[in-house]
Amino acid sequence: MSTATAALSNTGIERSASQTAEIYLKEAKYEFLKNLRLRVYTASVISFPLMFYVLFGLVLNSKETIGATSVPTYLIATYGTFGVMGASLFGTASGLAADRGLGWLQVKRASPMPPFAYFAAKVILSMIFSAIVVSLLLVLGISSGGVRLPFAQMVTLLGTLVAGSLPFSAMGLAIGYFAGPNSAPAVINMFYLPLSFCSGLWVPYMFLPKLVRQIALALPPYHLSQLALGVVGAGRHESAATHWELLLAFTLICLGVARIGFQRDQGKLYG
Amino acid sequence: MIATTEYSQSTLRAYAGTVVASLEAVSKNYEKVRALRNVNFSVRAGEVVALLGPNGAGKTTAVKLLLGLIQPNSGKARVFSGDPTNPQNRLRTGAMLQVGRVPETLRVREHIDLFSSYYTNPLPLEDVLAAAGLEKLRDRKFGDLSGGQRQRTLFALAICGNPDLLFLDEPTVGLDVEARRTLWEEIRRLVDCGKTVLLTTHYLEEADALADRIAVINQGEIIAEGAPAEIKAQTSGKRIRCITSLGLANILNIPGVTDVRQDREAVEIQAKEAEPVVRTLLARDASLSALEITSAGLEEAFLALTQDNGQKVDRQN
Repeated sequence: MSTATAALSNTGIERSASQTAEIYLKEAKYEFLKNLRLRVYTASVISFPLMFYVLFGLVLNSKETIGATSVPTYLIATYGTFGVMGASLFGTASGLAADRGLGWLQVKRASPMPPFAYFAAKVILSMIFSAIVVSLLLVLGISSGGVRLPFAQMVTLLGTLVAGSLPFSAMGLAIGYFAGPNSAPAVINMFYLPLSFCSGLWVPYMFLPKLVRQIALALPPYHLSQLALGVVGAGRHESAATHWELLLAFTLICLGVARIGFQRDQGKLYG
Repeated sequence: MIATTEYSQSTLRAYAGTVVASLEAVSKNYEKVRALRNVNFSVRAGEVVALLGPNGAGKTTAVKLLLGLIQPNSGKARVFSGDPTNPQNRLRTGAMLQVGRVPETLRVREHIDLFSSYYTNPLPLEDVLAAAGLEKLRDRKFGDLSGGQRQRTLFALAICGNPDLLFLDEPTVGLDVEARRTLWEEIRRLVDCGKTVLLTTHYLEEADALADRIAVINQGEIIAEGAPAEIKAQTSGKRIRCITSLGLANILNIPGVTDVRQDREAVEIQAKEAEPVVRTLLARDASLSALEITSAGLEEAFLALTQDNGQKVDRQN
């Protein structure tokens, strides 16, 4: 048997680097198309931050200022954070929970797909949609809210917020591994909405009750929003390095939790 | 229609008979449920093996073990004499699994394009579409497909990588008679190209139509294994239904009767062979009426099989 099976062994079957790159590309492309065509996703992830911004930033308070910053400028940073968080949490958690719970992930795992490609696609998708939301907010602010920012600042703001998609993508993966396929959106909102409020993404930080302001300091969205506000000169002048470090620590914790779920899945049956 | 590479065709032909997938003394439990107990089973290059059994028998568990999706509690699952989770083994296997939801907003050809990219030597898209009968549905979104069309798309994903070894878990569930026969044709064609196929089914007819070898599995154990003709010989039980004044105990003691139960006004009798039992019945009860004889379903066949083996079937498990 040994010589015969040796002939049946896998010599000569090797995937080239360019083939691997192509898999990552296609996985990301189809993840993007899949979600783009999913109206629930695009509607909630893109329209909610934009609607809030139009209402509170353009219709109601567009002539006001917060400190030295105009409200439309300030709110690009905070609703930008809100949008990034939504795009990332929904972009990772709901798809993962459904794929896991209803068997599709098993089909993918049984195939020769490199497992990391699956997760990378979800993270890339989250970053792309984050970039779309922030860009649209900028366009709205500039065209209708009198927002004037140097080009370099806009690029930095966009870059900061898109990088800020990573901690929330990691959080989404963790949620996706522990939420059921149908309950995932509810579970996401259970985190998403309170975190957004308490971090000062809807009501600016200084107008929050004192207790909530203290809680905010422990919340990841607060730190991302402060980084974004820092770019437009409206932050609370805390150390940017500290914000990044806290977000990094949060990312690692979430990845750790997701990893526990990933390993638990290897030995479990669904359906 | 399916083109194989020179490599796999020549190699598989030359080494036909080599074990390419096996379960060696495998047991698998899910919490308190025993899905498989001490199963020994193998698939050789170039053959079609059917794992035949009722729902919950452990068929899917066996496939998932061979795909490396789950790990056995004891024993070993091997594919191409290595670990099923080995990425290189996966490059040579394709799988069709029962799945609750597939991303619905992607088109048929997009799903195939993505899965093809996972393999080093995939089939051309047109060949895959033709093999699965999906030419006209290529631009259809998965969510807009009927049950049978979805099943065919999953089949396409299993074969698109031109794998040497195919796992098909209940491939024809939800297909109408015509679609089922078309899929059978396609599976036969794959085998003619030198592919190895392990399929699970609860249709004796399907196993009979496709397999070189059938392994009958029930309650986590393989209770019979052999060529379709051998299995059929063992499972050709008959079901006799009639209205009679005879008591159940009186019927059960007729030689050849394996089971009897009251069904509304009639009794239903399981027997290995119908003729001697009917002869006795008629002799004992001249007023017997509404006599019907049908081939036993698979469930009854399993009963007959397990009783042949001298084992009592625990129906509660």
